[in-house]
Amino acid sequence: MRRRLLAASLELGVPVVLVAGWWLWSTRSESFYYPPLPDILSTFADTWLFERVADDVLPSLARLAAGFTIAAIFGIGLGLALGLSRPARLTLAPTVEFLRAIPTPALIPVAIVLLGIGDTMRVTIIATACVWPILLNAIDGVAGIDTTLVETARSYRVRRLDRVRWVVLPAALPQIFAGMRTSLSVGILVMVVSEMEASTNGIGFFVLQSQRTFAIPEMWSGILLLGILGYALNFGFTRIERRVLRWHRGWRASALGAA
Amino acid sequence: MSLLEVDRLGMHYGQGRRVTEAIRDLSFAVERGELVSVIGPSGCGKTTLLRCIGGLLAPTSGAVVLRGEPVTGPPDEMAVVFQEYNRSLFPWMTVRQNVAFPLRGKGLTKHARRERGEEAIAAVGLTRSLDHYPWELSGGMQQRVAIARALAYQPSVLLMDEPFASVDAQTRADLEDLTLRVRDEFGVTIVLVTHDIDESVYLADRIVVLSPAPGRVQETVRVELPKPRDQIETRTLPEFTELRTHVHRAVKRPPEGV
Repeated sequence: MRRRLLAASLELGVPVVLVAGWWLWSTRSESFYYPPLPDILSTFADTWLFERVADDVLPSLARLAAGFTIAAIFGIGLGLALGLSRPARLTLAPTVEFLRAIPTPALIPVAIVLLGIGDTMRVTIIATACVWPILLNAIDGVAGIDTTLVETARSYRVRRLDRVRWVVLPAALPQIFAGMRTSLSVGILVMVVSEMEASTNGIGFFVLQSQRTFAIPEMWSGILLLGILGYALNFGFTRIERRVLRWHRGWRASALGAA
Repeated sequence: MSLLEVDRLGMHYGQGRRVTEAIRDLSFAVERGELVSVIGPSGCGKTTLLRCIGGLLAPTSGAVVLRGEPVTGPPDEMAVVFQEYNRSLFPWMTVRQNVAFPLRGKGLTKHARRERGEEAIAAVGLTRSLDHYPWELSGGMQQRVAIARALAYQPSVLLMDEPFASVDAQTRADLEDLTLRVRDEFGVTIVLVTHDIDESVYLADRIVVLSPAPGRVQETVRVELPKPRDQIETRTLPEFTELRTHVHRAVKRPPEGV
Protein backbone atom coordinates (compact mmCIF):
# COMPACT_ATOMS: atom_id res chain seq x y z
CA MET A 1 0.00 0.00 0.00
CA ARG A 2 2.71 2.44 0.98
CA ARG A 3 4.73 1.50 -2.06
CA ARG A 4 1.75 2.13 -4.31
CA LEU A 5 1.17 5.48 -2.69
CA LEU A 6 4.81 6.35 -3.24
CA ALA A 7 4.63 5.25 -6.88
CA ALA A 8 1.48 7.29 -7.46
CA SER A 9 2.93 10.40 -5.87
CA LEU A 10 6.10 10.02 -7.95
CA GLU A 11 4.01 9.57 -11.10
CA LEU A 12 2.23 12.82 -10.42
CA GLY A 13 5.15 14.54 -8.74
CA VAL A 14 7.69 14.33 -11.54
CA PRO A 15 5.58 16.21 -14.11
CA VAL A 16 4.61 18.79 -11.48
CA VAL A 17 8.27 19.38 -10.60
CA LEU A 18 9.22 19.62 -14.27
CA VAL A 19 6.50 22.16 -15.04
CA ALA A 20 7.36 24.16 -11.93
CA GLY A 21 11.02 24.14 -12.94
CA TRP A 22 10.17 25.31 -16.44
CA TRP A 23 7.93 28.00 -14.95
CA LEU A 24 10.62 29.29 -12.57
CA TRP A 25 13.38 29.12 -15.13
CA SER A 26 11.37 30.86 -17.86
CA THR A 27 9.58 33.57 -15.84
CA ARG A 28 12.55 35.85 -15.97
CA SER A 29 13.48 34.81 -19.48
CA GLU A 30 14.22 37.73 -21.73
CA SER A 31 14.91 35.47 -24.67
CA PHE A 32 12.61 35.90 -27.63
CA TYR A 33 12.77 32.21 -28.42
CA TYR A 34 12.07 30.96 -24.90
CA PRO A 35 9.12 33.04 -23.69
CA PRO A 36 7.97 32.66 -20.06
CA LEU A 37 5.73 29.65 -19.48
CA PRO A 38 2.81 31.84 -18.27
CA ASP A 39 2.89 33.58 -21.65
CA ILE A 40 2.85 30.28 -23.45
CA LEU A 41 -0.03 29.06 -21.30
CA SER A 42 -2.13 32.14 -21.86
CA THR A 43 -1.43 31.90 -25.58
CA PHE A 44 -2.37 28.25 -25.35
CA ALA A 45 -5.71 29.15 -23.77
CA ASP A 46 -6.35 31.87 -26.36
CA THR A 47 -5.39 29.69 -29.27
CA TRP A 48 -6.64 26.23 -28.45
CA LEU A 49 -9.61 26.85 -26.14
CA PHE A 50 -11.36 26.61 -28.52
CA GLU A 51 -10.62 29.07 -31.25
CA ARG A 52 -8.55 26.96 -33.59
CA VAL A 53 -9.96 23.55 -32.69
CA ALA A 54 -12.13 23.39 -35.79
CA ASP A 55 -9.47 25.00 -38.00
CA ASP A 56 -6.44 22.96 -37.03
CA VAL A 57 -7.07 20.28 -34.40
CA LEU A 58 -10.02 18.55 -36.02
CA PRO A 59 -8.43 18.33 -39.49
CA SER A 60 -5.30 16.87 -37.90
CA LEU A 61 -7.23 14.31 -35.88
CA ALA A 62 -9.39 13.40 -38.86
CA ARG A 63 -6.30 12.70 -40.97
CA LEU A 64 -4.76 10.66 -38.19
CA ALA A 65 -7.95 8.69 -37.65
CA ALA A 66 -8.36 7.97 -41.36
CA GLY A 67 -4.71 7.01 -41.85
CA PHE A 68 -4.62 4.85 -38.74
CA THR A 69 -7.85 3.05 -39.60
CA ILE A 70 -6.71 2.27 -43.12
CA ALA A 71 -3.39 1.03 -41.73
CA ALA A 72 -5.15 -1.16 -39.19
CA ILE A 73 -7.41 -2.74 -41.81
CA PHE A 74 -4.54 -3.40 -44.21
CA GLY A 75 -2.08 -4.39 -41.53
CA ILE A 76 -4.39 -6.90 -39.85
CA GLY A 77 -5.79 -8.27 -43.11
CA LEU A 78 -2.43 -8.72 -44.77
CA GLY A 79 -0.88 -9.86 -41.49
CA LEU A 80 -3.46 -12.65 -41.16
CA ALA A 81 -2.88 -13.73 -44.75
CA LEU A 82 0.91 -13.75 -44.45
CA GLY A 83 0.89 -15.21 -40.97
CA LEU A 84 -1.26 -18.13 -42.09
CA SER A 85 0.74 -18.94 -45.19
CA ARG A 86 4.39 -19.78 -44.73
CA PRO A 87 5.16 -19.69 -48.48
CA ALA A 88 3.56 -16.25 -48.82
CA ARG A 89 5.48 -15.05 -45.79
CA LEU A 90 8.81 -16.28 -47.08
CA THR A 91 8.14 -14.87 -50.54
CA LEU A 92 7.21 -11.42 -49.35
CA ALA A 93 9.50 -11.04 -46.32
CA PRO A 94 12.39 -9.28 -48.14
CA THR A 95 9.98 -6.90 -49.87
CA VAL A 96 8.24 -6.04 -46.62
CA GLU A 97 11.57 -5.51 -44.87
CA PHE A 98 12.77 -3.23 -47.66
CA LEU A 99 9.62 -1.13 -47.85
CA ARG A 100 9.45 -0.74 -44.12
CA ALA A 101 13.05 0.48 -44.02
CA ILE A 102 12.19 3.54 -46.12
CA PRO A 103 11.56 6.53 -43.83
CA THR A 104 8.02 7.54 -44.72
CA PRO A 105 8.69 11.32 -44.81
CA ALA A 106 10.99 10.61 -47.76
CA LEU A 107 7.89 9.46 -49.62
CA ILE A 108 6.10 12.79 -49.21
CA PRO A 109 7.58 14.29 -52.41
CA VAL A 110 6.57 11.19 -54.35
CA ALA A 111 3.11 11.26 -52.79
CA ILE A 112 2.71 14.93 -53.75
CA VAL A 113 3.59 14.12 -57.35
CA LEU A 114 1.23 11.15 -57.45
CA LEU A 115 -1.63 12.34 -55.26
CA GLY A 116 -1.39 16.12 -55.20
CA ILE A 117 -1.25 18.25 -52.09
CA GLY A 118 -4.65 17.41 -50.64
CA ASP A 119 -5.69 15.27 -47.72
CA THR A 120 -5.50 12.10 -49.82
CA MET A 121 -1.75 12.54 -49.88
CA ARG A 122 -1.54 13.17 -46.14
CA VAL A 123 -3.80 10.27 -45.19
CA THR A 124 -1.86 7.99 -47.51
CA ILE A 125 1.41 9.01 -45.91
CA ILE A 126 0.07 8.45 -42.40
CA ALA A 127 -1.39 5.07 -43.36
CA THR A 128 1.89 4.03 -44.99
CA ALA A 129 3.86 4.84 -41.88
CA CYS A 130 1.33 3.20 -39.53
CA VAL A 131 0.92 -0.04 -41.42
CA TRP A 132 4.35 -1.57 -40.67
CA PRO A 133 4.22 -2.08 -36.92
CA ILE A 134 0.67 -3.48 -37.22
CA LEU A 135 1.56 -5.72 -40.14
CA LEU A 136 4.74 -7.14 -38.63
CA ASN A 137 3.13 -7.74 -35.26
CA ALA A 138 0.10 -9.36 -36.86
CA ILE A 139 2.32 -11.72 -38.88
CA ASP A 140 4.28 -12.66 -35.76
CA GLY A 141 1.16 -13.09 -33.68
CA VAL A 142 -0.51 -15.33 -36.24
CA ALA A 143 2.58 -17.38 -37.01
CA GLY A 144 3.32 -17.90 -33.33
CA ILE A 145 -0.12 -19.20 -32.35
CA ASP A 146 -0.12 -22.25 -30.07
CA THR A 147 -0.34 -25.37 -32.22
CA THR A 148 -2.64 -27.07 -29.73
CA LEU A 149 -5.24 -24.34 -30.24
CA VAL A 150 -5.06 -24.79 -33.99
CA GLU A 151 -5.23 -28.59 -33.69
CA THR A 152 -8.23 -28.30 -31.42
CA ALA A 153 -10.05 -26.13 -33.94
CA ARG A 154 -9.04 -28.50 -36.71
CA SER A 155 -10.15 -31.60 -34.83
CA TYR A 156 -13.59 -30.03 -34.44
CA ARG A 157 -13.72 -29.25 -38.15
CA VAL A 158 -14.17 -25.55 -37.50
CA ARG A 159 -14.51 -23.94 -40.91
CA ARG A 160 -11.67 -21.84 -42.22
CA LEU A 161 -13.42 -18.51 -41.89
CA ASP A 162 -14.64 -19.28 -38.36
CA ARG A 163 -11.16 -20.48 -37.50
CA VAL A 164 -9.59 -17.23 -38.64
CA ARG A 165 -12.21 -15.06 -37.01
CA TRP A 166 -12.63 -16.84 -33.68
CA VAL A 167 -9.30 -18.58 -33.12
CA VAL A 168 -6.46 -17.04 -35.10
CA LEU A 169 -7.46 -13.39 -34.78
CA PRO A 170 -8.09 -13.41 -31.00
CA ALA A 171 -4.88 -15.37 -30.42
CA ALA A 172 -2.90 -12.76 -32.36
CA LEU A 173 -4.78 -9.79 -30.92
CA PRO A 174 -2.43 -9.06 -28.00
CA GLN A 175 0.44 -8.63 -30.43
CA ILE A 176 -1.68 -6.73 -32.93
CA PHE A 177 -2.60 -4.28 -30.18
CA ALA A 178 1.06 -3.79 -29.28
CA GLY A 179 1.67 -2.97 -32.95
CA MET A 180 -1.24 -0.54 -33.06
CA ARG A 181 0.06 1.28 -30.01
CA THR A 182 3.40 1.82 -31.73
CA SER A 183 1.59 2.86 -34.89
CA LEU A 184 -0.40 5.46 -33.03
CA SER A 185 2.69 7.39 -31.97
CA VAL A 186 4.26 6.94 -35.39
CA GLY A 187 1.00 8.24 -36.85
CA ILE A 188 1.07 11.44 -34.79
CA LEU A 189 4.66 12.02 -35.82
CA VAL A 190 3.97 11.56 -39.52
CA MET A 191 0.78 13.56 -39.26
CA VAL A 192 2.79 16.58 -38.07
CA VAL A 193 5.46 16.09 -40.71
CA SER A 194 2.90 15.75 -43.50
CA GLU A 195 1.23 18.97 -42.38
CA MET A 196 4.44 20.90 -42.62
CA GLU A 197 4.52 20.31 -46.35
CA ALA A 198 2.18 22.15 -48.72
CA SER A 199 -0.58 22.46 -46.15
CA THR A 200 -3.12 25.12 -45.22
CA ASN A 201 -4.25 23.80 -41.86
CA GLY A 202 -3.49 21.30 -39.12
CA ILE A 203 -1.41 21.48 -35.95
CA GLY A 204 1.84 20.80 -37.80
CA PHE A 205 1.02 23.59 -40.22
CA PHE A 206 0.23 25.90 -37.30
CA VAL A 207 3.53 25.25 -35.52
CA LEU A 208 5.59 25.86 -38.65
CA GLN A 209 3.54 28.89 -39.63
CA SER A 210 3.93 30.39 -36.14
CA GLN A 211 7.67 29.92 -36.27
CA ARG A 212 7.86 31.53 -39.70
CA THR A 213 5.85 34.53 -38.56
CA PHE A 214 7.86 34.82 -35.33
CA ALA A 215 4.79 34.01 -33.23
CA ILE A 216 7.01 32.12 -30.78
CA PRO A 217 4.53 31.62 -27.88
CA GLU A 218 2.05 30.25 -30.43
CA MET A 219 4.69 27.86 -31.73
CA TRP A 220 5.38 26.59 -28.23
CA SER A 221 1.68 26.27 -27.48
CA GLY A 222 1.29 24.08 -30.58
CA ILE A 223 4.12 21.84 -29.42
CA LEU A 224 2.55 21.64 -25.98
CA LEU A 225 -0.76 20.69 -27.56
CA LEU A 226 0.88 17.89 -29.56
CA GLY A 227 2.37 16.49 -26.37
CA ILE A 228 -0.99 16.58 -24.62
CA LEU A 229 -2.78 15.04 -27.61
CA GLY A 230 -0.25 12.26 -27.91
CA TYR A 231 -0.54 11.50 -24.23
CA ALA A 232 -4.33 11.55 -24.30
CA LEU A 233 -4.56 9.35 -27.39
CA ASN A 234 -2.19 6.80 -25.93
CA PHE A 235 -4.10 6.84 -22.67
CA GLY A 236 -7.40 6.30 -24.45
CA PHE A 237 -5.94 3.55 -26.57
CA THR A 238 -4.50 1.74 -23.56
CA ARG A 239 -7.95 1.86 -21.97
CA ILE A 240 -9.52 0.21 -25.00
CA GLU A 241 -6.75 -2.36 -25.11
CA ARG A 242 -7.28 -3.29 -21.48
CA ARG A 243 -10.96 -3.80 -22.09
CA VAL A 244 -10.60 -5.84 -25.25
CA LEU A 245 -7.72 -7.92 -23.89
CA ARG A 246 -9.08 -8.44 -20.41
CA TRP A 247 -8.85 -12.20 -20.94
CA HIS A 248 -5.20 -11.90 -21.88
CA ARG A 249 -4.17 -10.29 -18.64
CA GLY A 250 -6.10 -12.81 -16.59
CA TRP A 251 -4.81 -15.71 -18.63
CA ARG A 252 -1.20 -14.58 -18.36
CA ALA A 253 -1.50 -14.01 -14.65
CA SER A 254 -2.91 -17.51 -14.15
CA ALA A 255 -0.24 -19.04 -16.41
CA LEU A 256 2.50 -17.35 -14.40
CA GLY A 257 0.86 -18.41 -11.15
CA ALA A 258 0.73 -22.05 -12.26
CA ALA A 259 4.34 -22.16 -13.43
CA MET B 1 -17.38 -54.98 -38.82
CA SER B 2 -15.72 -53.04 -36.04
CA LEU B 3 -16.56 -49.38 -35.54
CA LEU B 4 -12.94 -48.34 -35.78
CA GLU B 5 -10.05 -50.23 -37.30
CA VAL B 6 -6.39 -49.35 -37.22
CA ASP B 7 -4.90 -51.25 -40.10
CA ARG B 8 -1.13 -51.81 -40.40
CA LEU B 9 -0.51 -48.20 -39.51
CA GLY B 10 3.01 -46.85 -39.97
CA MET B 11 4.37 -43.38 -39.44
CA HIS B 12 7.85 -41.95 -39.73
CA TYR B 13 9.12 -38.43 -39.47
CA GLY B 14 12.07 -36.84 -41.21
CA GLN B 15 14.03 -38.02 -44.19
CA GLY B 16 17.14 -40.01 -45.09
CA ARG B 17 19.41 -40.77 -42.17
CA ARG B 18 17.49 -38.65 -39.72
CA VAL B 19 14.30 -40.58 -40.15
CA THR B 20 12.50 -41.52 -36.93
CA GLU B 21 10.01 -44.33 -37.03
CA ALA B 22 7.27 -43.60 -34.52
CA ILE B 23 4.96 -46.54 -35.17
CA ARG B 24 5.24 -49.58 -37.41
CA ASP B 25 2.66 -51.99 -38.75
CA LEU B 26 0.23 -51.25 -35.95
CA SER B 27 -3.18 -52.92 -36.05
CA PHE B 28 -6.12 -53.22 -33.69
CA ALA B 29 -9.87 -52.76 -33.75
CA VAL B 30 -12.32 -50.99 -31.47
CA GLU B 31 -15.91 -52.18 -31.09
CA ARG B 32 -18.86 -49.90 -30.60
CA GLY B 33 -19.25 -48.80 -26.97
CA GLU B 34 -15.85 -50.08 -25.93
CA LEU B 35 -13.32 -48.21 -23.88
CA VAL B 36 -9.89 -49.15 -25.16
CA SER B 37 -6.83 -47.82 -23.44
CA VAL B 38 -3.54 -47.69 -25.27
CA ILE B 39 -0.49 -47.97 -23.08
CA GLY B 40 3.22 -48.19 -23.68
CA PRO B 41 6.59 -46.88 -22.61
CA SER B 42 7.21 -43.20 -23.21
CA GLY B 43 8.22 -42.38 -26.76
CA CYS B 44 6.46 -45.42 -28.23
CA GLY B 45 4.33 -43.30 -30.52
CA LYS B 46 1.10 -43.21 -28.48
CA THR B 47 0.36 -39.62 -29.32
CA THR B 48 1.29 -40.13 -32.96
CA LEU B 49 -1.15 -43.02 -33.07
CA LEU B 50 -3.94 -40.93 -31.57
CA ARG B 51 -3.30 -38.06 -33.96
CA CYS B 52 -3.46 -40.48 -36.88
CA ILE B 53 -6.74 -41.94 -35.62
CA GLY B 54 -8.14 -38.43 -35.21
CA GLY B 55 -7.23 -37.53 -38.78
CA LEU B 56 -4.88 -34.79 -37.62
CA LEU B 57 -1.87 -36.56 -39.06
CA ALA B 58 -1.69 -38.51 -42.31
CA PRO B 59 0.06 -41.86 -41.72
CA THR B 60 2.99 -42.87 -43.91
CA SER B 61 1.47 -46.30 -44.47
CA GLY B 62 -1.63 -48.24 -43.54
CA ALA B 63 -4.97 -46.71 -42.72
CA VAL B 64 -7.48 -45.83 -40.05
CA VAL B 65 -10.94 -47.03 -40.99
CA LEU B 66 -14.09 -45.67 -39.35
CA ARG B 67 -17.33 -47.50 -40.24
CA GLY B 68 -15.60 -48.92 -43.29
CA GLU B 69 -14.45 -45.53 -44.54
CA PRO B 70 -10.76 -44.57 -44.45
CA VAL B 71 -10.05 -41.51 -42.31
CA THR B 72 -8.40 -38.76 -44.35
CA GLY B 73 -9.13 -35.75 -42.14
CA PRO B 74 -10.77 -35.12 -38.78
CA PRO B 75 -14.06 -37.06 -39.02
CA ASP B 76 -17.33 -35.48 -38.02
CA GLU B 77 -18.01 -38.14 -35.44
CA MET B 78 -14.78 -37.90 -33.50
CA ALA B 79 -13.69 -35.51 -30.79
CA VAL B 80 -10.31 -35.20 -29.11
CA VAL B 81 -9.49 -34.31 -25.52
CA PHE B 82 -5.89 -33.16 -25.37
CA GLN B 83 -3.54 -33.48 -22.44
CA GLU B 84 -2.78 -29.78 -22.25
CA TYR B 85 -6.19 -28.45 -21.28
CA ASN B 86 -4.72 -25.01 -20.63
CA ARG B 87 -3.54 -24.86 -24.25
CA SER B 88 -6.53 -26.51 -25.82
CA LEU B 89 -9.27 -24.32 -24.31
CA PHE B 90 -9.62 -20.91 -25.91
CA PRO B 91 -8.65 -18.41 -23.21
CA TRP B 92 -10.71 -15.59 -24.78
CA MET B 93 -13.91 -17.61 -24.57
CA THR B 94 -15.96 -18.36 -21.47
CA VAL B 95 -16.73 -21.95 -20.52
CA ARG B 96 -20.07 -21.70 -22.32
CA GLN B 97 -18.50 -20.27 -25.48
CA ASN B 98 -15.70 -22.83 -25.48
CA VAL B 99 -18.14 -25.71 -25.34
CA ALA B 100 -20.56 -24.31 -27.94
CA PHE B 101 -17.91 -23.09 -30.39
CA PRO B 102 -17.26 -26.41 -32.22
CA LEU B 103 -21.01 -26.73 -32.82
CA ARG B 104 -20.96 -23.84 -35.28
CA GLY B 105 -20.22 -26.22 -38.13
CA LYS B 106 -23.00 -28.62 -37.18
CA GLY B 107 -25.79 -26.63 -38.79
CA LEU B 108 -27.60 -26.01 -35.51
CA THR B 109 -29.50 -22.88 -34.54
CA LYS B 110 -27.93 -20.59 -32.00
CA HIS B 111 -30.49 -21.71 -29.48
CA ALA B 112 -29.81 -25.40 -30.09
CA ARG B 113 -26.05 -24.82 -29.77
CA ARG B 114 -26.56 -23.06 -26.50
CA GLU B 115 -28.79 -25.78 -25.14
CA ARG B 116 -26.47 -28.60 -26.15
CA GLY B 117 -23.54 -26.76 -24.62
CA GLU B 118 -25.32 -26.24 -21.33
CA GLU B 119 -26.40 -29.87 -21.22
CA ALA B 120 -22.82 -31.06 -21.64
CA ILE B 121 -21.55 -28.61 -19.05
CA ALA B 122 -24.20 -29.85 -16.62
CA ALA B 123 -23.08 -33.43 -17.30
CA VAL B 124 -19.58 -32.62 -16.04
CA GLY B 125 -20.98 -30.66 -13.08
CA LEU B 126 -19.84 -27.18 -14.06
CA THR B 127 -23.14 -25.34 -14.41
CA ARG B 128 -22.02 -22.81 -11.85
CA SER B 129 -18.99 -21.86 -13.92
CA LEU B 130 -20.80 -21.32 -17.24
CA ASP B 131 -19.68 -17.73 -17.59
CA HIS B 132 -16.21 -18.08 -16.17
CA TYR B 133 -13.11 -18.04 -18.29
CA PRO B 134 -11.18 -21.34 -18.27
CA TRP B 135 -8.14 -19.71 -16.68
CA GLU B 136 -10.27 -18.78 -13.69
CA LEU B 137 -10.79 -22.49 -12.99
CA SER B 138 -8.58 -25.18 -11.49
CA GLY B 139 -6.78 -27.68 -13.72
CA GLY B 140 -9.28 -30.42 -13.03
CA MET B 141 -12.20 -28.13 -13.81
CA GLN B 142 -10.53 -27.02 -17.02
CA GLN B 143 -10.21 -30.62 -18.14
CA ARG B 144 -13.90 -31.06 -17.34
CA VAL B 145 -14.63 -28.18 -19.69
CA ALA B 146 -12.59 -29.90 -22.39
CA ILE B 147 -14.55 -33.11 -21.81
CA ALA B 148 -17.84 -31.18 -21.91
CA ARG B 149 -16.79 -29.63 -25.19
CA ALA B 150 -16.10 -33.06 -26.64
CA LEU B 151 -19.43 -34.42 -25.36
CA ALA B 152 -21.43 -31.50 -26.74
CA TYR B 153 -20.00 -32.35 -30.15
CA GLN B 154 -21.73 -35.73 -29.74
CA PRO B 155 -19.02 -37.88 -31.27
CA SER B 156 -19.38 -41.60 -31.65
CA VAL B 157 -15.67 -41.94 -30.88
CA LEU B 158 -13.92 -39.91 -28.21
CA LEU B 159 -10.12 -39.79 -28.33
CA MET B 160 -8.29 -38.86 -25.15
CA ASP B 161 -4.58 -38.12 -25.12
CA GLU B 162 -3.24 -38.60 -21.58
CA PRO B 163 -6.12 -36.46 -20.40
CA PHE B 164 -5.40 -36.71 -16.68
CA ALA B 165 -1.62 -36.57 -16.72
CA SER B 166 -1.33 -33.06 -15.35
CA VAL B 167 -3.81 -33.03 -12.48
CA ASP B 168 -3.41 -34.20 -8.88
CA ALA B 169 -4.32 -37.73 -7.76
CA GLN B 170 -7.72 -36.97 -6.22
CA THR B 171 -8.83 -34.92 -9.23
CA ARG B 172 -7.56 -37.65 -11.45
CA ALA B 173 -9.75 -40.24 -9.71
CA ASP B 174 -12.75 -37.92 -10.04
CA LEU B 175 -12.12 -37.36 -13.73
CA GLU B 176 -11.68 -41.11 -14.32
CA ASP B 177 -15.09 -41.77 -12.80
CA LEU B 178 -16.57 -38.88 -14.72
CA THR B 179 -15.25 -40.42 -17.93
CA LEU B 180 -16.86 -43.78 -17.12
CA ARG B 181 -20.14 -42.11 -16.23
CA VAL B 182 -20.43 -39.96 -19.37
CA ARG B 183 -19.39 -42.93 -21.47
CA ASP B 184 -22.59 -44.68 -20.39
CA GLU B 185 -24.68 -41.53 -20.43
CA PHE B 186 -23.68 -40.44 -23.92
CA GLY B 187 -23.04 -43.93 -25.33
CA VAL B 188 -19.66 -43.01 -26.68
CA THR B 189 -16.76 -45.23 -27.70
CA ILE B 190 -13.48 -44.14 -26.15
CA VAL B 191 -9.86 -44.62 -27.12
CA LEU B 192 -7.68 -43.38 -24.30
CA VAL B 193 -3.92 -43.06 -24.43
CA THR B 194 -2.14 -43.19 -21.09
CA HIS B 195 1.20 -44.05 -19.58
CA ASP B 196 -0.42 -44.94 -16.26
CA ILE B 197 -0.88 -48.71 -15.92
CA ASP B 198 -3.37 -48.50 -13.03
CA GLU B 199 -5.47 -46.02 -14.93
CA SER B 200 -5.50 -48.15 -18.07
CA VAL B 201 -6.69 -51.18 -16.09
CA TYR B 202 -9.25 -49.25 -14.06
CA LEU B 203 -10.93 -47.63 -17.07
CA ALA B 204 -10.63 -50.07 -19.91
CA ASP B 205 -12.60 -52.90 -21.41
CA ARG B 206 -9.50 -53.76 -23.36
CA ILE B 207 -5.89 -52.64 -23.13
CA VAL B 208 -3.63 -52.36 -26.15
CA VAL B 209 -0.02 -52.58 -25.00
CA LEU B 210 2.47 -51.02 -27.37
CA SER B 211 6.13 -51.97 -27.72
CA PRO B 212 8.94 -49.43 -27.41
CA ALA B 213 9.54 -47.30 -30.50
CA PRO B 214 8.70 -47.96 -33.23
CA GLY B 215 5.39 -48.75 -31.57
CA ARG B 216 3.65 -52.00 -32.47
CA VAL B 217 0.97 -53.94 -30.66
CA GLN B 218 2.79 -56.00 -28.06
CA GLU B 219 -0.30 -57.54 -26.60
CA THR B 220 -4.01 -56.97 -26.19
CA VAL B 221 -5.43 -57.55 -22.73
CA ARG B 222 -9.14 -57.99 -22.08
CA VAL B 223 -10.29 -56.45 -18.79
CA GLU B 224 -13.27 -58.20 -17.29
CA LEU B 225 -13.55 -56.39 -14.00
CA PRO B 226 -17.13 -55.92 -12.73
CA LYS B 227 -18.98 -52.71 -13.58
CA PRO B 228 -19.59 -50.09 -12.40
CA ARG B 229 -15.99 -49.67 -11.46
CA ASP B 230 -15.26 -48.20 -8.06
CA GLN B 231 -12.09 -46.40 -7.09
CA ILE B 232 -11.72 -48.34 -3.83
CA GLU B 233 -13.41 -51.69 -4.45
CA THR B 234 -12.22 -52.28 -7.98
CA ARG B 235 -8.65 -51.42 -7.15
CA THR B 236 -8.58 -53.88 -4.23
CA LEU B 237 -9.85 -56.83 -6.27
CA PRO B 238 -7.25 -59.57 -6.75
CA GLU B 239 -8.09 -59.56 -10.47
CA PHE B 240 -7.14 -55.91 -10.63
CA THR B 241 -3.76 -56.62 -9.09
CA GLU B 242 -3.26 -59.54 -11.44
CA LEU B 243 -4.10 -57.50 -14.53
CA ARG B 244 -1.96 -54.67 -13.38
CA THR B 245 1.03 -56.99 -12.89
CA HIS B 246 0.38 -58.59 -16.24
CA VAL B 247 0.23 -55.28 -18.07
CA HIS B 248 3.28 -54.05 -16.21
CA ARG B 249 5.26 -57.09 -17.40
CA ALA B 250 3.98 -56.65 -20.95
CA VAL B 251 5.12 -53.04 -21.00
CA LYS B 252 8.57 -54.04 -19.73
CA ARG B 253 9.00 -57.07 -21.99
CA PRO B 254 11.21 -56.61 -25.05
CA PRO B 255 9.18 -56.94 -28.24
CA GLU B 256 9.07 -60.30 -29.96
CA GLY B 257 11.24 -60.88 -32.96
CA VAL B 258 13.86 -58.30 -32.11
